[in-house]
Amino acid sequence: MFINFFYELKDGGLPVSIKEYMTLMEAMEAGCANYSVDDFYFLSRSIFVKDESKLDRFDRIFGKVFEGIEFIADDEAHEIPKEWLEKLAELYLSKEEMDEIKSLGDWDEIMETLKKRLEEQEKRHQGGNKWIGTAGKSPFGAYGYNPEGVRIGQDKGRHGRAIKVWDKREFKNLDDSIELGTRNIKVALRKLRQFAREGEATELDLDGTIHSTAHNGFLDIKMVPERHNAVKLLLFFDVGGSMDPHIKVCEELFSAARSEFKHLEFFYFHNCLYERVWKDNSRRHNETMSTMDVLHTYPHDYKVIFIGDASMSPYEITYPGGSVEHWNEESGEVWMKRLGNIYQKSVWLNPIPEEHWRYSQSIQIMKTLMQDKMYSLSLSGIDSAMKELRR
Amino acid sequence: MKFAGTDNYVATDDLKVAVNAAATLRRPLLIKGEPGTGKTVLAQEVANSFGVELIEWHIKSTTKAQQGLYEYDAVSRLRDSQLGDEKVKDIRNYIKRGKLWDAFTSDKTPVLLIDEIDKADIEFPNDLLLELDRMEFHVYETGETIKAVNRPIVIITSNNEKELPDAFLRRCFFHFIKFPEPETMKHIIDVHFPDIDKNLVKEALNIFFEIREVPGLKKKPSTSELLDWLKLLMAEELPEEVLKSKDPSSLIPPLHGALLKNEQDVHLFERLAFMNRRKTT
Repeated sequence: MFINFFYELKDGGLPVSIKEYMTLMEAMEAGCANYSVDDFYFLSRSIFVKDESKLDRFDRIFGKVFEGIEFIADDEAHEIPKEWLEKLAELYLSKEEMDEIKSLGDWDEIMETLKKRLEEQEKRHQGGNKWIGTAGKSPFGAYGYNPEGVRIGQDKGRHGRAIKVWDKREFKNLDDSIELGTRNIKVALRKLRQFAREGEATELDLDGTIHSTAHNGFLDIKMVPERHNAVKLLLFFDVGGSMDPHIKVCEELFSAARSEFKHLEFFYFHNCLYERVWKDNSRRHNETMSTMDVLHTYPHDYKVIFIGDASMSPYEITYPGGSVEHWNEESGEVWMKRLGNIYQKSVWLNPIPEEHWRYSQSIQIMKTLMQDKMYSLSLSGIDSAMKELRR
Repeated sequence: MKFAGTDNYVATDDLKVAVNAAATLRRPLLIKGEPGTGKTVLAQEVANSFGVELIEWHIKSTTKAQQGLYEYDAVSRLRDSQLGDEKVKDIRNYIKRGKLWDAFTSDKTPVLLIDEIDKADIEFPNDLLLELDRMEFHVYETGETIKAVNRPIVIITSNNEKELPDAFLRRCFFHFIKFPEPETMKHIIDVHFPDIDKNLVKEALNIFFEIREVPGLKKKPSTSELLDWLKLLMAEELPEEVLKSKDPSSLIPPLHGALLKNEQDVHLFERLAFMNRRKTT
């Protein structure tokens, strides 16, 4: 009977496998769940979820699959005031429909219809349009509920304690693409570690010593350099103008990167990369550095990350003299290509959510210039960017 | 054998279910959570409550999976061979048992703690896959196979510094210890300081959760820090009034060193206190 649950989890994007399902069966047989819904929830959670960022997703799917199971009544239940539902019904059902239903049946049926309507709406509006919860139209949105998660129109008794546990969605802000704290970024950046033995030989190479001793017949000690992270990184930050709203997340990324990489250099630019970059924003009109010098200073094994929203007039990229601040002899496009030729490993992180990219021409151009290696500045985005850089 | 928390460890329901399931099926239990929420202590308490031995294996960045199984001390054998020692003839004299070997050959089911597995190299968990799954391994030097007499209860903790490979995760039960809610926290304090003044606890908890709310703290204080702080407060016999006073000039809580562990955080806190003072005068 849990096969369905298993497939829902899989469809929901949780990395579950048959191995875990068998473990669940085994655990059920051993009586670990004790025939209580709460215990079953905890048990399946500890088996199927292996990462706290997936807890929220699991809770939602669990709620969806086991919705309607009768739970033991509990007076702690979360009740939705009837008035809200009525209001909501007014919003999504026309007057005629309401009357029709009323003449046919009772409150429960209205709610049933409303629920169906909401589900339909939800499907039709997929693609990032958060129609519920915005504009304060829905009482659910305001209280942080998700329509999928709220058992609309159920009688009091059905909101058991167990529902409370998973419908509260306690782990909400841990989902992959939402929260970006420095710690999380650090973990994401750490994927870029590449260990190499470099520098002075300070460690005893035991295997090498044994090998050469056996080979030569006398004790022949071999030393090797210590292993350390050998990744070198160049960061280019877009500053000012449209980047101002994204300062916080950029700062977080910056501080995380600083503590993770020994070989790290950073430069600022405005909107698009041109012939000059700078290291101190307060003195950017006096103390700039020629981009050519940057290209000549840092060897090609550096990996490059651009951080910017790439939102500007297309002319700023494609035409000489297109820059909003100064006369640039060569277009931004030329500079981007020049950099791309030297540094094979480069990515662009964009703080603008990915679903909005296609509406901006300049983002499209930049993405093409980057050979599609543009990722959103979210945890999952950084993750895939690091994978790309490590390739 | 059921784990239900102990006299000095408060376990939430979901944690109990996870521990019991892992103990029943003898699968490894992976514990994650904020630092200081009692991940390592859990293993000790599970061992205590089951009345069995605890074998601890603390992982460092240089730890290799092989070290948990056994190590072959080639250097001392080489030295002995040059000195003509009799010991050299038996290779078994140069094999040092690791923690997993100890755990597998223990007479009674032990609890094996693999602490902070994420500290090690990225390949570390992969190297232990088979050993933890089948609870056996092969010693190449002597040709024997060590198989677990009693499958140990394995508890693994991780601070999330590195991602663990999927194949490894698939074999584990997982539990995320989330930060205790104020109610649970009171319970935890009761367990640790049974004689503490109720009002002191109330005030201290208020301050504690306030500090956790302060945006931008590098390291939020956690349960273990709170317990240390309370211990200090009790030792100093500070009257609760000191905590209660909402006088902005003394906004920094007494003995804050136990709660804020880093200079920047103390500075941040001082700055906020200073701003508050200016607001009131």
